[in-house]
Amino acid sequence: MSDELDDLKAAFDAAIPDPDPARKAANLAQAEENFARAQGSRTEARQTHQRGPLEALLNGVLTMLTTMTSRSALTATTALVAVGLFVVLPQTSGMFEPGATVPPAPETAAEENVAQADALMLEEPMIVAEEPVVIESDADASVMADRNTARPALQSLTRNSAASRQRALSSPMVEPAPRHALPETEDLGLMFEVPIDPFVRPESNTEDFANAPANPLKVTAEDPVSTFSIDVDTASYSVIRQSLMAGTLPPRDAVRIEEMVNYFPYDYAAPEGPHPFKPTIRVTPTPWNTGTQLVHIAIQGDMPEVSGRPPLNLVFLIDTSGSMQDANKLPLLKQSFRLMLSELRAQDQVSIVTYAGSAGQVLEPTAARDRAEILSALDRLEAGGSTAGQQGLQQAYQVAETMADEGEVTRVILATDGDFNVGLSDPGALKDFIAKKRDSGTYLSVLGFGRGNLDDATMQALAQHGNGQAAYIDTLSEARKVLVDQLTGALFPIANDVKIQVEFNPAQIAEYRLIGYETRALAREDFNNDRVDAGDIGAGHQVTALYEVTPVGSEAVRNTPLRYGETAELADPSDELGYFKLRYKRPGDAASQLIETPIQSGAAAADPEMRFAIAMAGFGELLRGRTALGDWGWAEAIALAQGAKGGDPYGYRAEAVTLMRLAESLSE
Amino acid sequence: MRMDVPDETLARAAADGDGEAFAALITRHYDRVFRLAFRLTGARAEAEDLTQDICTDLPGKIARYRGEAAFTTWLYRVVVNATHDRRRRRATHAKAAMGWGEVEVARRAEADETREALDWLTQAMSALPEDLRDTLALVLDDMTQAQAGEVLGVSEGTIAWRVSEAKKRLRALKEGSHE
Repeated sequence: MSDELDDLKAAFDAAIPDPDPARKAANLAQAEENFARAQGSRTEARQTHQRGPLEALLNGVLTMLTTMTSRSALTATTALVAVGLFVVLPQTSGMFEPGATVPPAPETAAEENVAQADALMLEEPMIVAEEPVVIESDADASVMADRNTARPALQSLTRNSAASRQRALSSPMVEPAPRHALPETEDLGLMFEVPIDPFVRPESNTEDFANAPANPLKVTAEDPVSTFSIDVDTASYSVIRQSLMAGTLPPRDAVRIEEMVNYFPYDYAAPEGPHPFKPTIRVTPTPWNTGTQLVHIAIQGDMPEVSGRPPLNLVFLIDTSGSMQDANKLPLLKQSFRLMLSELRAQDQVSIVTYAGSAGQVLEPTAARDRAEILSALDRLEAGGSTAGQQGLQQAYQVAETMADEGEVTRVILATDGDFNVGLSDPGALKDFIAKKRDSGTYLSVLGFGRGNLDDATMQALAQHGNGQAAYIDTLSEARKVLVDQLTGALFPIANDVKIQVEFNPAQIAEYRLIGYETRALAREDFNNDRVDAGDIGAGHQVTALYEVTPVGSEAVRNTPLRYGETAELADPSDELGYFKLRYKRPGDAASQLIETPIQSGAAAADPEMRFAIAMAGFGELLRGRTALGDWGWAEAIALAQGAKGGDPYGYRAEAVTLMRLAESLSE
Repeated sequence: MRMDVPDETLARAAADGDGEAFAALITRHYDRVFRLAFRLTGARAEAEDLTQDICTDLPGKIARYRGEAAFTTWLYRVVVNATHDRRRRRATHAKAAMGWGEVEVARRAEADETREALDWLTQAMSALPEDLRDTLALVLDDMTQAQAGEVLGVSEGTIAWRVSEAKKRLRALKEGSHE
């Protein structure tokens, strides 16, 4: 070997550190764990193996970190490239003393890892009995999702607190670089295509994205009634956009189709008459299946004059924990609030409470006309410390109560990167707390910032219980959309607990499928139960729901009639496709109002608004990897959206088309 | 323990589901994997992460070990593949970020890079292309050029050429630094 290589080798040998013993132990344990799981059926492995839940939690967190590639992670990896191979030049090989150039792993990290390994050991005997329960909870969640939205929401809170704790425990280990628990293999000959290893991401119940399996195709004769709560959240779309722009397809569970559809403003017919909003129901052929039709349900909320709206009391509860210091978090948040401030009116009041380590009020309730004072308080905010979500929330509500006056709208706006890992000791109590405050008139909206730390499910759960909107803000234009364009809507509810129930006519419709709203499904009897909470509509909001229906006699009918089933002879076959019912409460009312209307048959060509909504639903289905669309793929979805952009004054639809193109290229 | 059992025997047993054999095998080779990961990445944290990825992943892959190659060759291939995978993912992100005008991403990355790269050694070495780096990592790990060729899926001649190319560049760097 020549001099160069000898020197290089010497330098390398001197510089190569020993592997961290704690991580080695953990990694070996992980490998054995995965090996055990790979053998035999998954259920068997889970039931007999004792370290399952904790490891599974860890895996879930790692998987999440893998999929949520944040900009900071990108920065971290770039930095790693930069320090890569610093070892080489021969004449300086003296500096490569072991330990001199390679800093030892921080002691805390080692301790954490040891502690974690210890925890794994200690927990072994205790967890055995619990494990099947833990595993089953995911299945339960989806079953329950069909019955009641409140329960899965609570569950996701519970799950998340566990995940958060675990994340806190393991953070020194997982922070240095994004982890790719499952490297895709570039075949060099012997390697074969790697399937999605079931043991690497075994439990979706640690995922931080709230979602449920796609709604199944229902047979009208067996189950003619579909009930769900409306959903005006848009966070899912922003998360998808952020993923795509970072060059990865979003995690499937991050895709909630109804939120993608509802992200966009539509030009629906404005309400008239006694109700604050108007449902418009139309039927149109399905672009991806000639044998089915789409029932398009459009709800347009009333848009009262902004000048006539009641005064707003806003308490900004701002997470200033250390993780918020990234440019796309606290600085973006400040800019967002600056934008919003100019839209407020003189009699509106603003207060700011922060939470980081200890919660504190940084701005007394101040009239919106004192712009300078509010802005300077905003400018003084700095990120640092850990997050104590619950404490901050309590203080924010206290402040809100001092501001509330008869006839005013009071709302707490929580801005966070979703990190509730300190203080969320009892998710159930927190949920009850928020729900109680909601009933006493203070609402809660949640704005999510940044990625990598984002705790989508917790955001969703909090906003749902607080009768508010959960939105994810990744760019200044998104901030403008959420806070300025929709200011009155997000902050000024016109109807609470809006539920939809559709009964399909088995004489006309053989099968039907609700597209999206998986996390919003309600039990049939909950529709008439005014105590069951549901989604809320703000001023000017639009909500869209789509059913794919298969007419009787269509060749697209998937289920053949049962041999021993009753063939119900309908005495008077109506030509209505079904019957639409909607319940809502006026803000402050305990009793609900009912809107009902038959769904008339007769499919017509879709107008651009409908076509765009349908294109977004197709976009969502494609991202979720659904096969329900048949051969209908990206090209068709893009063409449909492209041809339905309409006026698009803010460019949202054009952006969606761009995202679809990006997704198309990434999914190749 | 099975200290004296050859790798290949253990690997085949592990491929057939023998957990003890798998544990013995991975314990035996852990440090090796880590060292190679370090040579390939040049950073301790990255090497630790890469090793963890491999540990997580290996149980699924071992079932496909058929004994066509020496176990260490096969294992090194897994390590090299995992490294490539990380690099490619990073490249995708960087490309997407640039393509989308995420100026902020680039700016911050650049700032970090400058900070980390104050050491001129680092800057000099990052000039070495990836294929040469991979080759050197293997050759410096006491692999023969034939073995390195087998791991990387190229001929021995290619390895020989890459080694001489790397030497040439190292020499040039060295001379340049003395000017």
